[in-house]
Amino acid sequence: MRSDLAITLSGPRPAVDLRKTASLMHLLSPKILSAKAQPLGNPENRLGKLILFTAVGGAFWLFVFGLLYRLLNYFRGIPEIGALLAGKLLALTFLSLMGILVLSNIVTALSSFFLAKDLDLLVAAPVDWLRLYGAKLLETGVHSSWMVVLLATPVLTAYGISYDGGLLYPLVAVGAMLPFLVIPAVIGSALTLLLVNIFPARRTRDILSVIAVLAGAGVVLLFRLVRPERLARPEGFRSLVEFISLLRTPTSSWLPSEWAAQGIMTWVRGAPEILPFYLLWSTAAAAVVFGAVLHRWLYMNGFSKSQESGERWVRQGTFGRLVGRALTPWGVMRRELVLKEMRLFFRDTTQWSQLILLAVLIVVYVFNIKFLPLRGEGITFFLQNVIPFVNLVLAGFVLASIAARFIFPGISLEGRTLWLLRSSPLEMRQLLWSKFWVGTIPLLVLALILVFATDILLEVSGFMMAVSVFTITMLTFAIAGLALGFGALFPKFNTENAAQIPTSFGGLVLMMASITLIGLVIVIEARPVYQYVGAHLLKIEPSVTGLWIGFGAAAALCLAATFIPIQIAIKRMKQLER
Amino acid sequence: MIELRSLTKKYGSFTAVDSIDLSVPDGELFGFLGPNGAGKTTTLRMIAGILQPTSGSIHLAGIDLSEDPIAAKSRLGFIPDRPFIYEKLTGAEFLRFVAGLYGQDGEKVDHRARELMALFDLEEWADELVESYSHGMRQKLIISSAFVHRPEVIVVDEPMVGLDPKAARILKDLFRAYVKRGHTIMMSTHTLEVAETLCDRIAIIQGGKIRAVGKLSELRAEAAGAGLEEIFLRLTGETAARVAMDVLDA
Repeated sequence: MRSDLAITLSGPRPAVDLRKTASLMHLLSPKILSAKAQPLGNPENRLGKLILFTAVGGAFWLFVFGLLYRLLNYFRGIPEIGALLAGKLLALTFLSLMGILVLSNIVTALSSFFLAKDLDLLVAAPVDWLRLYGAKLLETGVHSSWMVVLLATPVLTAYGISYDGGLLYPLVAVGAMLPFLVIPAVIGSALTLLLVNIFPARRTRDILSVIAVLAGAGVVLLFRLVRPERLARPEGFRSLVEFISLLRTPTSSWLPSEWAAQGIMTWVRGAPEILPFYLLWSTAAAAVVFGAVLHRWLYMNGFSKSQESGERWVRQGTFGRLVGRALTPWGVMRRELVLKEMRLFFRDTTQWSQLILLAVLIVVYVFNIKFLPLRGEGITFFLQNVIPFVNLVLAGFVLASIAARFIFPGISLEGRTLWLLRSSPLEMRQLLWSKFWVGTIPLLVLALILVFATDILLEVSGFMMAVSVFTITMLTFAIAGLALGFGALFPKFNTENAAQIPTSFGGLVLMMASITLIGLVIVIEARPVYQYVGAHLLKIEPSVTGLWIGFGAAAALCLAATFIPIQIAIKRMKQLER
Repeated sequence: MIELRSLTKKYGSFTAVDSIDLSVPDGELFGFLGPNGAGKTTTLRMIAGILQPTSGSIHLAGIDLSEDPIAAKSRLGFIPDRPFIYEKLTGAEFLRFVAGLYGQDGEKVDHRARELMALFDLEEWADELVESYSHGMRQKLIISSAFVHRPEVIVVDEPMVGLDPKAARILKDLFRAYVKRGHTIMMSTHTLEVAETLCDRIAIIQGGKIRAVGKLSELRAEAAGAGLEEIFLRLTGETAARVAMDVLDA
């Protein structure tokens, strides 16, 4: 002991070699080591998770690849315009990916450059500004782009195989993708840097959340207004020449998305062009240099501002007081739990701002239903009644997405404060049921509005309306139960960003479970509905027993999916040691 | 009153707390000392009902924690070492929420919350979100939350961390006044001066086992008049500090 300390504390100070101590790899090493240490969490169930993840990922890739491959083969069969259509589709795909990447990078850069926990250490250490920029840019890029890469892989593979891109095609695809990913990372980081320098620091996260969600909503709306499905219906254009000229016009010739699409399309069509690749790589390089210069000018000032905290006064709102009074008969404990849940939700911009995106998605959904070609030739009574039934599947899917975003993270967000709840005389049962009702009631209201609105637009029969209302009510309870159950089984207690919880492994499993449940309920109900529609057409009495059995089974399944996950969650919460 | 009987906690093959027997009567402020990783926090978190013991029992105010956790916890206030609280609640809302967890509300609770916040100079911050509080202010708020529902037993893990000298003094006075009223406090600390001046009795834990327990005078008598620091170092085998001094002086 003594000799060790003697070496540590005595003698001359060792020479410091900054190149060795703070290289780019050295700065990234904690992230790489952390990623290696726990790729899928607990070693006990790692294998199971790995198998599940591989199966889900493989199925998704095969689905996207298969769909696109068939479509591209169909395009290849159309002379003249087939290749133009394929190129246009690729350009639109890249344009959408670019929008997603810029938004994602803006939000991620705020965490990695300004709010991450390791920044105190890194900024206080003698780390060269350029290396810090490089390390954080890479971190931002990887965090923001991995999903896009996963999505792009089957798309680009389908293009390569369908158009016989040859052995060098993977290199071409990577050569186009790499700079395509770098450019949005630099742009996103630079925009965040500017915003942090302009706005009061603690407000920046809120402002960014709202900007990101509004922009996301804008992209969704724009995409609907452009109506890309028109491209698949040339008969809608005045002449073939007009249609071809539209296809030949670049979607956006000054954007990297167009260059990436051109680079790949010219290669697979056997007439490779170097210009798109030149533009991509030179722009990426210039962007990195520009980003680095901006970082050098503005980063320290921005970082310093991001450490300051502003005054945040809030007042008890009338709504809160009303809810408080309404809940008083249910006891102090329940009332305070519900009030706490509401306050935390509405004061967290990253949470409530997602409601904007949700509203836009619902508008787009209803808008699509409104423009379904349900009247006219070939549209039978049967089809008119089956489509609202299919509508239930879509509404169920919307509900599952909302539950994954708002109910599923409830347990994870409680993580750091669990000490308080665990040491108080609060029963876990009460906590979970409070979370269930706080999440389920708004979800049920939304579900009923959604189903009523779409069923009225579809002009369905009274029977189908009753089926829809019954099914969506049962599904809402079940999906909320599943979200809470999976939230307790797969909690993410240490996440820095609440928005990342729904996209975790548990979120994925929840979506799969919800989709399976919706599928099962629809399958169980399909027979009595089919019998009813058939009997109506033949003008005979439908079997009431069949209806009872079908809907009884569906209700039993939904109730089981509501109560069993909550019971599991209660048990799991009791076992948690935090 | 807190009673621990053969309390054990194992993490796999590692025994963090090894068959501890302790009794802290009403009206006593009990100090729990030990080096890092000795098992202090694990013991306190078991008493607070956050960790499940591997074996043994815990009685709070005569109630078995495992048999009737709700009744036992309703008599307990816990102050953890890390001040994690809801960032988006105001200080006043947080105290009201905690009182609600213990089934308490109304004017009296609001009055107590205001009093406690005033005591710790948090009055002006009462309507401000916790996210803008400093580490010390959060610690003061958590301490206030443990008192707001008037528990019979308080378990405190490192109460002085992050507190300014004034708040530390207030807390000491508060603790003393509280035990004088017949309540019980069990407190872990690294600050030997705090343990020396504040605690009625002290236990020293190392490697999950109690090495010594008694009044300071009793411990001193056993150690031939040595001070608490000396006793602590002797019992826990922590000689590194002295070696370090030797090295620096060399």
